[in-house]
Amino acid sequence: MSVLFHIGRYFLLLRETFGRPERFSLYWSRTVEEMDLLGVKSLGIVALLSAFMGAVITIQTKTNIDSPLIQAWVVGFATRQSTILEFSPTVISLILAGKVGSNIAAEIGSMRVKEQIDALDIMGVNSAGYLILPKIAATMLINPFLIMISMFLGIFGGWLAGVETGVVVSDDFIQGIQIGFKPYHVVYALVKTVVFAFIITTISAYQGYYTKGGTREVGISSTRAVVYSNVVILFANLILTQALLL
Amino acid sequence: MITVEGLGKSFGDVRILEGIDAVFRKGSVNQIIGRSGSGKSVLAKCMVGLHRPEEGRVLYEGHSFHDMNAEEKRSIRQRIGMLFQGSALFDSLSVIENVMFPLRMFGAMGKEEMRERANTCLKRVRIIDKDHHFPAELSGGMQKRVGIARAIAMNPEYLFCDEPNSGLDPQTAIVIDELIKELTEEFNTTTIVITHDMNSVMETGEHIIFIHKGRKWWEGTRDELLRSDNKELNEFVFASSLMRQVKKAMIGGA
Repeated sequence: MSVLFHIGRYFLLLRETFGRPERFSLYWSRTVEEMDLLGVKSLGIVALLSAFMGAVITIQTKTNIDSPLIQAWVVGFATRQSTILEFSPTVISLILAGKVGSNIAAEIGSMRVKEQIDALDIMGVNSAGYLILPKIAATMLINPFLIMISMFLGIFGGWLAGVETGVVVSDDFIQGIQIGFKPYHVVYALVKTVVFAFIITTISAYQGYYTKGGTREVGISSTRAVVYSNVVILFANLILTQALLL
Repeated sequence: MITVEGLGKSFGDVRILEGIDAVFRKGSVNQIIGRSGSGKSVLAKCMVGLHRPEEGRVLYEGHSFHDMNAEEKRSIRQRIGMLFQGSALFDSLSVIENVMFPLRMFGAMGKEEMRERANTCLKRVRIIDKDHHFPAELSGGMQKRVGIARAIAMNPEYLFCDEPNSGLDPQTAIVIDELIKELTEEFNTTTIVITHDMNSVMETGEHIIFIHKGRKWWEGTRDELLRSDNKELNEFVFASSLMRQVKKAMIGGA
């Protein structure tokens, strides 16, 4: 089927998803459940990756700019900028696309092949809204918090690794993370995070919702959800960076 | 009462249903029978609005379902209960939550009242002390019964059962058949059962439609079925030696 067909069907699904909820209180309680499942339960992997990546960024920066002409605080500065501008919002979102996206596609895909979505439709429930909207709301609400935690842990991991390995002095690193700090960069990162959360959830839900067949096809949908989410995130990252930073 | 007029449905170039006309009566168990792939499930899915037919109409009490607006369709759907072949219970919800689900979505009841109604439905299908079990912890027969409890929770006017006996042992299958018959009489529903289980046809069939190659090939009662000389119907119904013996015993035929 053509790309245009999928794009059209994706937007039609979005229209259904944002249709009037049957009972707002039920949607809200599902949103809270999804925040726990998709957000809080991703905290461990986000924390681990952020701390280690921050550490690696610090050590690599130092080894690549080891020159008497470059001031010592540049290591902290580079770690902060890399973490806030790109690593936390983009790389962590790509990783969440793998974890959360495959989860969403597999869950909704399984419901499709087990006729549970048909059961919702026959009851008169807006199945797209009931299943997808709470996930969109949950990830768009919780992911900015995950990314802020990631930013903190990335920089903290960089400081810890830098100081413990002796590649940077603590005061220089702290001076570096303060120099030229623009709060707008955090806003830019959070805007990207929210957009990426929407992309991950809707593309993965689309793949799951239109699954046909059995368990093998559910697996294929999960894989596609991750691949397509990643590709769209990369394009969106470029567009948003040009739009918000240039 | 549900009326189907000239229903036709294709998937791509493959013609699935052709010119189906039928009337499904209130207060009786209407059965759609046919071989696997004959189009009977597609017919049921067209009737409940999961598929849109290219030709023909499905009338609920004289009103064409596919010509209704979204709100009217939703209203009809809330009067439909459906038991799926695989039960289609929500895995993440307990037994009681599954039965309460349509009540929570559309009912105007308080939480206690909903729980009471769900318990009544579960007792009606003889599921006791399993409220907090999850579907995966139940046997196939129990899952079917919970599926029936969920289907009747909103007091439906129309009850659809897609292969209610598939994957069940003969004793459990009879329990499910009897339950469907009892509920049809009790709630005066228009019940449509899609099946290829001949025991079920013999147990509960009141009005039977035989679908063959996407067309309505034959229609009648159980007694008429036993006496029919329709070649394709006889090949399907009396494929097993057991059914041939039943026919012989009941009407003395070959």
